[in-house]
Amino acid sequence: MGLRLLLKREDLNHTGSHKINNVLGQALLAVRMGKTRLVAETGAGQHGVATATAAALLGLECVVYMGEVDMERQALNVFRMQLLGAEVRSAVSGSRTLKDAINEAMRDWVATVESSHYCLGSVMGPHPYPWMVRELHRVIGDEAREQCRQLLGSDPDVVTACVGGGSNAIGIFSGFVDGDAALVGVEPAGGAAIGRGVPGVVHGSKSFLMQDEHGQVLEAESISAGLDYPGIGPEHSHLAAIGRARYESVTDDEVVAAFELLSRTEGIIPALEPAHALAWVSRARGELAGQSVLLNLSGRGDKDVDQMMGRLAPDGGSSGGGSSNGDDGRSG
Amino acid sequence: MSTEPGALEAALRARRSQGGKALVPYLTGGLGDWQAGLAAAADAGADAIEVGIPFSDPVIDGPVIQEANDRALADGITPLAVLDALGRLDIGVPLAVMTYYNIVFRFGLERFASVLAERGVAAAILPDLPLEETGPWAEAADAAGVETVLLAAPTASDERLGRICARTRGFVYGVGLLGVTGVREELASSAVVMAGRLKQVTDVPVLVGVGVGTPEQAEEVCRVADGAVVGTAMVRRMMDEGPAAVGELVGRFRRALD
Ligand SMILES: Cc1ncc(COP(=O)(O)O)c(C=O)c1O
Repeated sequence: MGLRLLLKREDLNHTGSHKINNVLGQALLAVRMGKTRLVAETGAGQHGVATATAAALLGLECVVYMGEVDMERQALNVFRMQLLGAEVRSAVSGSRTLKDAINEAMRDWVATVESSHYCLGSVMGPHPYPWMVRELHRVIGDEAREQCRQLLGSDPDVVTACVGGGSNAIGIFSGFVDGDAALVGVEPAGGAAIGRGVPGVVHGSKSFLMQDEHGQVLEAESISAGLDYPGIGPEHSHLAAIGRARYESVTDDEVVAAFELLSRTEGIIPALEPAHALAWVSRARGELAGQSVLLNLSGRGDKDVDQMMGRLAPDGGSSGGGSSNGDDGRSG
Repeated sequence: MSTEPGALEAALRARRSQGGKALVPYLTGGLGDWQAGLAAAADAGADAIEVGIPFSDPVIDGPVIQEANDRALADGITPLAVLDALGRLDIGVPLAVMTYYNIVFRFGLERFASVLAERGVAAAILPDLPLEETGPWAEAADAAGVETVLLAAPTASDERLGRICARTRGFVYGVGLLGVTGVREELASSAVVMAGRLKQVTDVPVLVGVGVGTPEQAEEVCRVADGAVVGTAMVRRMMDEGPAAVGELVGRFRRALD
């Protein structure tokens, strides 16, 4: 690609993504507060799987809300959560994706707050969640910074990560926000809160939000269940507003191409979410030539293989050149 | 703080000083023949009416009011259309709009407050706007002469209840249980407890809502509270049977409270 790409391997975490960093912290906090039950929302299922895992480990009851649409496209993760002893409840309102799962989790939580902790899965929601979740993920940035200094002798030129609510991105950014590295968050084109949003207040925080002229929240649309969210964590809106980070968006087709590219060239099958960040790097390779780019590989792609099988031709792995045919008509 | 009470608070205080209990039904704006529903409710003895401005993500609402919001939005209702309709309505009882903060934020705080005042709407209820964040809206509302009704949750400390009651206008909305709107088999014990705790700290009318679904439950909570807000039961009636049935149900609540 003509640049030096460093991958922060959050995909190697137990349960397959960065989500476990946040979940373990919150689950311990729940126990400390005397709560016996965790409630969570999940999009791709990775946060749900991580929450179910922590609940199993700590002997807590666990209920995970998931949009009906996402339960279909991430069926593997639904079964994983159930294996781990969690109850998965489908959110059937609105767009039946992440936003609606959050609504349902909040409704559960207000009714059960005496026994339940809401283990929110991204850097959003009411205070103190955005701050707490960022602190629990800053380990990503702290580790990456130390590793970069060993490998490069300095910070990288660019730090990039995908952004749904923005937890993996804020985690890696927090290691570099005080330095000189350019910070680039990558949103899906169909869920670009900063790219297409205006300020709004939903789910307990004020941030950029995709909404209509009347303030009705729009439905995001993305190939990736984990990024299918019309809002973004408030700290990202702040970083964008002060010009410290910038936010790009990529299309589903670019993401599929990046998914195939990393699989074929590095032997790493990424989750569709971090494939967004790679898709941007791939598109911007000219601009990035000769630079060092740190990418947060927030999760692995096992959960997405089934969905990709439906989208790519039966022998999609041999279409050559790392590019997908990008034919939406064939998506499953 | 010592300003004249607004139209909503005046009506509720008048009911109380006559030894009565206040009845405030809720209907979702834009749902079917909702304006006829409001008129029927007023005729049947409502002291004031709460009118929902539909929102895409009504997180404090259970399935029935969610469905009402979705249906009204699918029929193309907008915030301004609800307010304009309220402005043309002349049903003789104070109106309070209930909606979510993003609707108001997007509309513009000052503009929303002044449109409410121009359309003759007495008050606003914004359940997802916590006390700590109420300032800018409440100032705009005060300036326009619009009452801002605050909610008090069962989890709030007495100290917090005091601060909520000091800032609320119109009445204080005691949330009857931990949970979302919806009809329950029985009145939660928390409803009466909530009413009692609020009565201890304020002279502002104390109304309890959320989980008050039958005339018997309203009567029970009003042994302590100054009144009740009834939402889901009204909306269910509106969706299933229409405005006349809403009037009939309001009448039954009225008789139970009198
Ligand atoms: C691997 C992976 N990365 C990223 C995300 C998006 O979340 P966030 O933007 O909070 O990092 C998800 C969500 O499910 C995910 O599974």
